[in-house]
Amino acid sequence: MILQEVAGFALATLARLITGAQGHWIGSPPKAEQRIYFANHQSHFDWVLIWATLPKDLRSTTRPIAARDYWTASPFKHWLTREVFNAVYVSRVRVDDEDPLEPLVEALRNGDSLVIFPEGTRSNKGEPQAFKAGLYHLAEQFPEVPLIPAWIDNVQRVMPKGEVVPVPILCSVTFGAPMQLAAAEDKRAFLQRARAAVVALRRAER
Amino acid sequence: MMDLRDLSVSQHVGLLFVMIFGGLFLTTVITVAKGFREMAPEKQSTYERFRLELRALWIGTALFWIAWAAGAFVATLLFALTSFLAFREFITLTHTRRGDHRALLAAFFIVLPLQYILVGTRHFDLFTVFIPVYAFAALPVLAALGNDPTRFLERTAKIQWGTTVCVYGLSHVPALLLLNFGGDDNGAFLVLYIVLVVAGAQIAQELASRRMRRRPVARQISRSFSWRAWGVGILAAGIVGVLMYWATPFKPLQALFIGCVAGGCGTLGELVMKALKRDAGVRHWGGRSSVTGAVGLLDRVAPLCFAAPVFFHSVRWYFGV
Repeated sequence: MILQEVAGFALATLARLITGAQGHWIGSPPKAEQRIYFANHQSHFDWVLIWATLPKDLRSTTRPIAARDYWTASPFKHWLTREVFNAVYVSRVRVDDEDPLEPLVEALRNGDSLVIFPEGTRSNKGEPQAFKAGLYHLAEQFPEVPLIPAWIDNVQRVMPKGEVVPVPILCSVTFGAPMQLAAAEDKRAFLQRARAAVVALRRAER
Repeated sequence: MMDLRDLSVSQHVGLLFVMIFGGLFLTTVITVAKGFREMAPEKQSTYERFRLELRALWIGTALFWIAWAAGAFVATLLFALTSFLAFREFITLTHTRRGDHRALLAAFFIVLPLQYILVGTRHFDLFTVFIPVYAFAALPVLAALGNDPTRFLERTAKIQWGTTVCVYGLSHVPALLLLNFGGDDNGAFLVLYIVLVVAGAQIAQELASRRMRRRPVARQISRSFSWRAWGVGILAAGIVGVLMYWATPFKPLQALFIGCVAGGCGTLGELVMKALKRDAGVRHWGGRSSVTGAVGLLDRVAPLCFAAPVFFHSVRWYFGV
């Protein structure tokens, strides 16, 4: 009980020290309501950064998605994702009779907020890749939950893919205005609109 | 004024406390009183900016005083942390690439702590050459091992420059604390001396440039920097220096001269840092945050980064410490 709080505090402090963890809420204030945050994905550090920019009260109810095979591989990784971050585990290996989104749906039914990276994998090209369909399916099943786009800036410089130790460089997370699935909007159009909302935050006027 | 020299160290400290915080308090009272009056909108924004600056000044002064009063160890730690934060801001503003990762790690987590350990343990001979000689040789090697020739010289030079200014330059401030002047423990007062002198020069130059509206020397870089304003800054630094001479090992004339040198270096350093920020595409200056929030600390410590090494070495050379 105490240990994970200490670990959480230490991690948030570390993230502050290394990246400054600046949060800019330009389209939506931080608020204790159920939300789905979606952001560009460039580094393992992305989640920690988002988590550190959230107000402390929101951290415990805002959960990341973690790949089960990787994040439960060692006792420490498992403990970190389960106790500190309260992660939702998904399996990357597709089994026929199982919906991969099932754990996410369950978490949303419980009233938790989620942070997802719809690109699916880390990109280092600058421009985010095309979004995967998961976001669309969640938006379809939970039309009342606001979707908040977020742009994570500079983090690829802190910890490029393949590096382990982060370099201290200031980063920011910009949260945009909430969006929802429009009536009769098809999957392709929605995913493109969501991606454009994330990219638009990069040059947003602050 | 003559008797001030004979006071004990603790009386000196008390007197300085009253002077500094009294001055700040007075400024704050006047500012708050002015805030009650009605103002034109454009004046209002200037006023708001000034209030923010004043708040930053309070925080900085209080932090500095606590560290200073707590002794050399805490002060060294504070400056090490300031160095870290300023260097972080500097690196954020420059364009480094993936290949620089290892060199940056070395600069942040090896060079920076080692430099401050050398200061703390009074290894002054090694301290003065550690970054210009050893880190200078080691950092490009690490960058070259990063296997990326794109703009190599530019990237390496930026990291070197940042290390020199933010780490080497700033580490000379706590070094003053530990400098021994003929057995007297007045190194601590030297730190206060340089901080106040440089701050005095900065404030005087800023006020002078607002009042006088002279032609700027380097319009593209700073619209407020003119030779006349710079001179006023130097003069103010000299006056602050003389006012503080009793707490330092200097004679009044020496205090005036050294104050002028340190103040002049500091304000020129500020100009250089402005050029750097212009180059990095940062429009706002002080306080207001950019995309990553990388504005604020660097421009506040820049004058010290430039003034402290010059001050340290000239004092050391002149007095043969």
